[in-house]
Amino acid sequence: MIIKGKVHKFGNDINTDDIIAAKYLVTTDEKELGSHCMETIASDFAKKVSSGDIIVGGKNFGCGSSREHAPVAIKGCGIGAVLAKSFAGIFFRNAINVGLPFLELENIEAIDDGDLLEIDLSSGIIKNLTKKQTYETQPFPEFLQNIVSQGGLMNYVRKKGQKTNV
Amino acid sequence: MPYTIAEKILLAHTDKKNISPGEFIEARVDIALGNDITAPFAIEQFKKTGIEQVFNNKRVVLVPDHFAPAKDLKSANQCKILANFAKEQKLVNYFEVGCMGIEHALLPEMGLVLPGDLVIGADSHTCTYGALGIYATGVGSTDLARAFVDGQCWFKVPPTIKFIYKGKLNKWVGGKDLILFTIGKIGVDGALYKVMEFSGPVIEKLPMDDRFSMSNMAIEAGARAGIIAPDEITFKYIKEAIKSEKHKASRKKVSLKDFVKWSELKSDPGARFEKVIEWDISGLEPVVACPHLPSNVKPASELSAVQLDQVVIGSCTNGRISDLRIAAKILKGKKIKSGLRLIIIPATQKIYLEAVHEGLAEIFVKAGGVFSTPTCGPCLGGHVGILTEGEKCLATTNRNFIGRMGHAKSEVYLSNPAVAAASAITGRITHPESVL
Repeated sequence: MIIKGKVHKFGNDINTDDIIAAKYLVTTDEKELGSHCMETIASDFAKKVSSGDIIVGGKNFGCGSSREHAPVAIKGCGIGAVLAKSFAGIFFRNAINVGLPFLELENIEAIDDGDLLEIDLSSGIIKNLTKKQTYETQPFPEFLQNIVSQGGLMNYVRKKGQKTNV
Repeated sequence: MPYTIAEKILLAHTDKKNISPGEFIEARVDIALGNDITAPFAIEQFKKTGIEQVFNNKRVVLVPDHFAPAKDLKSANQCKILANFAKEQKLVNYFEVGCMGIEHALLPEMGLVLPGDLVIGADSHTCTYGALGIYATGVGSTDLARAFVDGQCWFKVPPTIKFIYKGKLNKWVGGKDLILFTIGKIGVDGALYKVMEFSGPVIEKLPMDDRFSMSNMAIEAGARAGIIAPDEITFKYIKEAIKSEKHKASRKKVSLKDFVKWSELKSDPGARFEKVIEWDISGLEPVVACPHLPSNVKPASELSAVQLDQVVIGSCTNGRISDLRIAAKILKGKKIKSGLRLIIIPATQKIYLEAVHEGLAEIFVKAGGVFSTPTCGPCLGGHVGILTEGEKCLATTNRNFIGRMGHAKSEVYLSNPAVAAASAITGRITHPESVL
């Protein structure tokens, strides 16, 4: 799967209140959540995003609350993938479970706001088309690839359950 | 093989012979918890599977506490989803308004979570139960939906960092100061994807409510769990908690054997710790986390220039009875600063009643404060005390992110209940000693 889009760059410790404020947690609608994504720290963010764009964060992206609404809001506003130096534990789980593509990249400083990136999720290779650079990331561990390839956690569990019943 | 407490608990909930950090495991959970924000999403996904019954109607716990009593039409709908599901599934542990409290104060109080348990909750502060020697961790709604199906969850076994606290605690310094101090030292990702194990002579003497405050904020350092080995202080608490009807209806009868087993729940000599960090905290003064990160920690005495519009005492961090007693001791016979709003929220109905019986509620009201029914309310900018543009609040809660309690241009400072009560009197951030 190839994701190609423009970079929206954020700093370290972007928390889930930044991503989607608690006042909007009264719905599970992806589009509605998406329209308020990052509103507290970048008021017109959702309007600026074109489908397939990429969020680039620093360390500890998605820290704070367990709200799965956060990766859902990111998907809902049209973001195709998130790159960050590191991800907070619960956000990491939630992103896998809702199928938001993300990769950890150490050399995040090389990327600037507005750069055009092309991400190959299966190989973990990221091309910076603006800067004519290439970055390599670690692919997901096998256990997680298995969940992702089966279309998320609930499908994985359903298939696993069927196997045991047979 | 020597193991840490966290590894022992995880291993005991699998069929495996051994485990090591970094490994992915599937484990059976003892309790799966959801609230009015996270459970509707989980229920929606559970229903899509076509499976009719949850894995165990005693072990799925639903607590409408964040926006409850319902703050508006949309949150009323969310709460209704929980109530309907609880009815359909005949859930023993659904807590309607009137029985409910803030989930992370309520579950321990009801004896629903016990030492050695593996608990997941679709709420990041589920780590609170670590104070009882539990591997408790926050997950998302889909993880919760999956646990509804088969009572299991996947985990990547985290490495453990051991924290040893030595010395003597100063007056007005408690568990909240210890954890804020710790986060201030290691940062908001200082324990990212790790377990924090709190230990040492200071922890061994630390009262249960203070231990809950510490474990509660382990997530604020990025930790998956914040665990304290169970001891006599834990057992005294557990003996009281297991008297509850909900405990009796949901858990196997606790015997002397269980207490013996729990007293052995310690990290083995030779267990692998990623790091061991030791501090002498004898000189520690009450501290405050300044906007906009819980790691931005300064001594309260250095912040007297900060003028406040609101003080909140409550939450899953500091809404327990000993927190209210400390606040009442400082507020007794005094008036809060004119123009300031003081909002006090006991975490559960039991705590609420105790506060009434002990005369604490009267002290708060006479001082000019509001005494609210249990709710997470203002902590996450839900209701009962939202901040408008430019306002500053000192709260005993756990997060001070941008806009956390309302307007993006409002500010939240975090402290223990003594500093919060003293600051309500003066209208600025104040060391408790200076108002007595």
